[in-house]
Amino acid sequence: MMKQFRIQLKISIILAVISIIVFGLIYPGIMTLVGQLIFPYQANGSIIRLHGKKIGSALIGQSFTQPDYFWSRPSATTPFPYNASNSSGSNLGPINPDLIRHVQLRVEVLKKANPNQKGPIPMDLVTSSASGLDPDISPAAAQYQAARIAHVRHLSISAVQQLIQKYTQGRWLGIFGEPRVNVLELNLALNQLSNTKNFKK
Amino acid sequence: MEQGKPRKLFDQQIARKAMVESFRKLTPAHMVRNPVMFTVYIGSLLTTGLGLHALLSHGPTSAGFIFAIALWLWFTVIFSNFAEAMAEGRGKAQADTLRKNRQEVKAHQLERPEKNAKMREILSGDLRKGDWVLVETDELIPADGEAVVGVAMVDESAITGESAPVVRESGGDRSAVTGGTRVISDWLIVRISSNPGESFLDHMISMVEGAKRQKTPNEIALNILLAALTIVFLIVCATLLPFSIYSVTMAGAGHPIAITVLVALFVCLAPTTIGGLLSAIGIAGMDRMIQANVVAMSGRAVEAAGDVDMLLLDKTGTITLGNRQASEFIPAEGVKIQELAEAAQLSSLSDETPEGRSIVVLAKEKYDLRGHEIHELEATFVPFTAQTRMSGVDIGSRKIRKGATDAIESYIQSQGGNFPKDVQQGVEAVARMGGTPLVVADGLRVLGIIHLKDIVKGGIQERFAELRRMGIKTVMITGDNPLTAAAIAAEAGVDDFLAQATPETKLQLIRESQKGGRLVAMAGDGTNDAPALAQADVAVAMNTGTQAAKEAGNMVDLDSNPTKLIEVVKIGKQLLMTRGALTTFSIANDISKYFAIIPAAFAPVYPELSVFNIMHLATPQSAILSAVIFNALIIVFLVPLALKGVQYRPASASKLLWNNFLIYGVGGLIVPFIGIKLIDMILVALRLA
Amino acid sequence: MTTNQWIQLIVCLGVLVALAIPLGLYIAKVFNGTSFWGEKWLGWLERFFYRLGGINPQEEMDWKTYALAMVLFSFIGGILLYLQMRLQAFLPLNPDHQLAVPRAVSFNTMVSFVTNTNFQFYSGETTLSYLSQMALTVQNFISPAVGIAILMALIRGFVRKESKHLGNFWVDVIRSLVYILLPLSVIFSGILIWQGCPQTFRGSQKVQLVSPLIYNQPVTVQGRNTTQPMTIIHQSIALGPVASQEAIKMLGTNGGGYFNTNSAHPFENPTPLTDLLELLAILIIPVALCFTFGSLVNDMRQGWTVFAAMFILLVPMIYCCIHFEQVGNPLLNRIVTGSTKQNPEGNMVGKEVRFGVTDSSLWASFTTASSNGSVNAMLDSFTPMGGLVPMWLMMLGEVSFGGIGSGLYGMIVFIILTVFIAGLMVGRTPEYLGKKIQAFEMKMTSIVILIPPLLVLMTTAISVICGGQGVLNPGAHGFSEILYAFTSMTNNNGSAFAGLSGTTLYNLMGGIAMWMGRFGIAIPVLAMAGSLVQKKNIPESTGTLPTHTPLFVFILVAIVIIVGALAFIPALALGPIVEQLKMIAMTMH
Repeated sequence: MMKQFRIQLKISIILAVISIIVFGLIYPGIMTLVGQLIFPYQANGSIIRLHGKKIGSALIGQSFTQPDYFWSRPSATTPFPYNASNSSGSNLGPINPDLIRHVQLRVEVLKKANPNQKGPIPMDLVTSSASGLDPDISPAAAQYQAARIAHVRHLSISAVQQLIQKYTQGRWLGIFGEPRVNVLELNLALNQLSNTKNFKK
Repeated sequence: MEQGKPRKLFDQQIARKAMVESFRKLTPAHMVRNPVMFTVYIGSLLTTGLGLHALLSHGPTSAGFIFAIALWLWFTVIFSNFAEAMAEGRGKAQADTLRKNRQEVKAHQLERPEKNAKMREILSGDLRKGDWVLVETDELIPADGEAVVGVAMVDESAITGESAPVVRESGGDRSAVTGGTRVISDWLIVRISSNPGESFLDHMISMVEGAKRQKTPNEIALNILLAALTIVFLIVCATLLPFSIYSVTMAGAGHPIAITVLVALFVCLAPTTIGGLLSAIGIAGMDRMIQANVVAMSGRAVEAAGDVDMLLLDKTGTITLGNRQASEFIPAEGVKIQELAEAAQLSSLSDETPEGRSIVVLAKEKYDLRGHEIHELEATFVPFTAQTRMSGVDIGSRKIRKGATDAIESYIQSQGGNFPKDVQQGVEAVARMGGTPLVVADGLRVLGIIHLKDIVKGGIQERFAELRRMGIKTVMITGDNPLTAAAIAAEAGVDDFLAQATPETKLQLIRESQKGGRLVAMAGDGTNDAPALAQADVAVAMNTGTQAAKEAGNMVDLDSNPTKLIEVVKIGKQLLMTRGALTTFSIANDISKYFAIIPAAFAPVYPELSVFNIMHLATPQSAILSAVIFNALIIVFLVPLALKGVQYRPASASKLLWNNFLIYGVGGLIVPFIGIKLIDMILVALRLA
Repeated sequence: MTTNQWIQLIVCLGVLVALAIPLGLYIAKVFNGTSFWGEKWLGWLERFFYRLGGINPQEEMDWKTYALAMVLFSFIGGILLYLQMRLQAFLPLNPDHQLAVPRAVSFNTMVSFVTNTNFQFYSGETTLSYLSQMALTVQNFISPAVGIAILMALIRGFVRKESKHLGNFWVDVIRSLVYILLPLSVIFSGILIWQGCPQTFRGSQKVQLVSPLIYNQPVTVQGRNTTQPMTIIHQSIALGPVASQEAIKMLGTNGGGYFNTNSAHPFENPTPLTDLLELLAILIIPVALCFTFGSLVNDMRQGWTVFAAMFILLVPMIYCCIHFEQVGNPLLNRIVTGSTKQNPEGNMVGKEVRFGVTDSSLWASFTTASSNGSVNAMLDSFTPMGGLVPMWLMMLGEVSFGGIGSGLYGMIVFIILTVFIAGLMVGRTPEYLGKKIQAFEMKMTSIVILIPPLLVLMTTAISVICGGQGVLNPGAHGFSEILYAFTSMTNNNGSAFAGLSGTTLYNLMGGIAMWMGRFGIAIPVLAMAGSLVQKKNIPESTGTLPTHTPLFVFILVAIVIIVGALAFIPALALGPIVEQLKMIAMTMH
């Protein structure tokens, strides 16, 4: 057994070191090379640039709380919302009084900001996401805000609704996932819409 | 040993003794041998202590309730002891009967194995292996041994229950004698083969008493599993205490679960039903073997019997009637069948062998030939001798002979006669059909053939079909040639046969089958069977057999009936099935007990959980008490099942599984719901809740 | 459940099985001892490992040597991983300048990744350097390969007769790595990059926010807690070699995320398509191994039996989870819609919009049915019954597909237990696949069924005795968090009710639980294989208990539930069950 121990120990050490090289360095290295060559945009974080300036990632949400932008979902990242270097959910349990209080507060804020909306509030707009970086809101959540945006930005409701429609992504193959709107992309498009309109004026 | 009517399940005397015994077994030293019940035992002690403590200080749980739980926990332990004591009691009763035969007797010890050698009186207890004793008419044989001189009739009913006396003679396969049996005619000189306390009778007594009972391999495996389950539930219940304390802190209300309730929960969840009955099942299995007049030398052998998947059966006496019978006369060319029949009958008139008698009968029935009176004929009979291998009769100048083909052929040819070709062909045809041909000759004239046929026992085919359904392969062992063997095998419906068997080929067959993973059972009686018996996994030696055979086997059939093998397999299977059924029942019971106890146990902290009180038990206390009472009573209710064993009908494994799963699995799920509810209703009615 | 939910469920399961069958047969080819076509392509890599390691692939091992090699390999891998985490500050590939990982966390993480658990008491992006992440990737490859090796040894215990040898551990591990895990990971990480998972060695990216953010930062001024408004104009986006780790994390039933929020993070799981593929990746190898098993024992019916039992244990749980999450939290429903009845989106707390309730529930079930343990939604915020589902699936002992290798060998132990009880009921010493089940096998089986409840309940009890530190949520939910953590660690799952923070006690006790939960089961399984391999093979007859019938599957499922999970019912009653009842009670007033 002692002899076996020595033999197997030797193999263990050698294989552990080779594994680190093969699976820890060569494998990710080759994949990085492939990624950078074939999909450089995705491999570097899907960074959106505006006039050469990096203004965000298409996959990472940003906080929008101004009335002239579509609001994104609440985020539980610390110390501030949508902190993309520290993803986090709220982890509040279903009957935690804090959760109830938070949701109640958000509902009040939403109702105040969208006084004309009488319908039910989309759940995703008052609950924090899993990653705290959710880039999307539901189409209903966008529609909920359409009237406010139109009012603040002096746009017609139909134009805003059209924009939402345009940026709504359906289910994959009509089956998988949920319909959604990327808030950053929608707001950028909104800016563009307002700019062209102002320009025309 | 008692015979005829089987002992009643609850013999009053045995039951009374068992009750006393179940209290006597309450010592820690005894309890610790059964890990499951030992934990219940500890639980009983603990709750009793808690009850006493509650009497002195006023805790949240009333002393009355704690004592009620403690009382029923004690009952659980006692009931389990009772089951074991009942099983042992039945064995003991049998042992007592046996023991009566073991009284010390005076023996006549001889210096040499000669009848007129110097003799001295000695007590049977002082006899040693190798001593010679003389046993005369009406004396008891003092110890096990082997007849070395003499022939005698021996009454072995004390051991076998068979009232007809048997012949015991020196040499050959009928030389073994058993201590405690009685010589009823003539005398024997016996060489003692066992020292005091090691005799067959001693062995039997210790086996039936269960005194030397060792746990069998399968029982050990089951015990390990039950111990593991017990540990799991022990941890479940032990950790519930900190969990409930924490929950009380978090909820800021209520009080933690009481230790009495935890003990109750543990006892209900632990596999007490099977744990309490396990040893009773094992003892009862041995007991059933003995009821069938089979003495197993170990519990291991009984268990192995259930696993047998190949049976080796001797043709003669097991598959066929011991003797062949004449079934047909086949005359030679130019011979009238009447003539042949008459000659055959004449030649057999004084032949007292069963074959001979059957020839006379056949001639009489088929050809209406009345049996002649021997003295009328003034005939001289020529008996069968090993030299001539013929028998016959001389009437005047007629010399009628019958015998095996080659014997008659050489007899005819030695006298210058001719053996006809058509008879030769007829002989071969008979052999092909599985028969034994006897040729009849009158002087130099060959008259024809008598077809002696093996008669397959009635109903044996059905039994083999049954065995096949059980997945057991049957192999017929015979000394016949392959042709004959094949014909009989086909008629009897065995799966395979071993023809022209010798002790060597038998042993080889067993070894090869075992190598292929089969478990082989066989029965045997002769000394030449001993090697094969020793090799077989389940080897039933006939009680009439030789000492060597008995020593090589691991069971002895007192009835010396080779078909008993089938019975033995059945009892083995029944033993395993009873264990499996009760284990399943025990585990399935747990679900209902969760429903009874969990809502009740947590009622003080989380009253919301009362939605799971689906049985609508009156109060938390009555719920817990009902579950504990059910748990104790079910052991008593199942004692008859443990002792009798579950019903076994031969069927395929999948069919058996279905049946037993429905009865013991689904039944085990449902029964406690009903039982606990009923007990709860009774408690309420008695205002105990 | 809605129509779309049914379709998603059925299509997902259908595709899973359709892919798993050919993969299972392929894996059988890798291990059936003859050469196959894959060697033409990757044989050089296999031989490279043999040559450098000084391994003679023809050499056979008895169970003790096999177990020794397994433990040593895991141990050495663990030590190297521990050193890496402790020394990461001095090692390269640390662009974000992470400091040394604390001792207790390093210990816990080391055991966690070596045992295929991947429980994480740390947040990846704020704790680990890129090199540390890559070192974890190494164990992500090795631990499932070790799982497959153990399974193969057990299968050989059944297939071979009257032998002492169970194969060669190194050959089994290397062939798993070279022919199964590596090729699948390369293909899968390529797809993930295409869909948006980053794969870079550059540090985090700083971007300018479209709309500056003002938030109140808590500060302490002269001993008083107060807040102070802060304006944020930049977002710093954490990146790294994500895709390559993500691929093996999903395929190897590992589950340890690159980021803190695991597969909920948009960089780990950017689209519904990646979500579907990752879902499939969670279960594909465990499911495939059922068919590998059937193929290697030369009786596909046995493989289908195992599959059926695992499937039956899983599917009702998925339904249950989707149902309760769709109904949602009545307390929130009332605030949002004015009615406690369900809202169209269900319980969205801690879920991502692109996945919604359906994909999140599906994931929660898949990830705990297998021992993957990754999450794409925060289980802590599930409804009580929705959160009970993952806990229950783990409490079954991780046998409804379970970890790679470990799930199947765990299930085989349960089969042996079932065969033992059912076999007795038909009056024979039980046997499985021609091998007799006797006292030694039952001893090992008992250890295997004893370890999970023993560890889970004891560690949870110690935690609550020590006051239940680190709990985020009050009441019964706090108890659930602790119970979940130790259930997850003991059963080598790795998912969490993430509200619980890792104290030193949890890190150390959890590490021990994970180690025992893995090797306390693997070693008895190998010992059992060593005993089985010496036995004769008993030919099948009508007296043999059939182990491929629906009835057998049913009994097996019942035994797994009763023996495996019923022990946890009292604990569950004090956690999620009572919480659900409380939640209903709260909506009454």
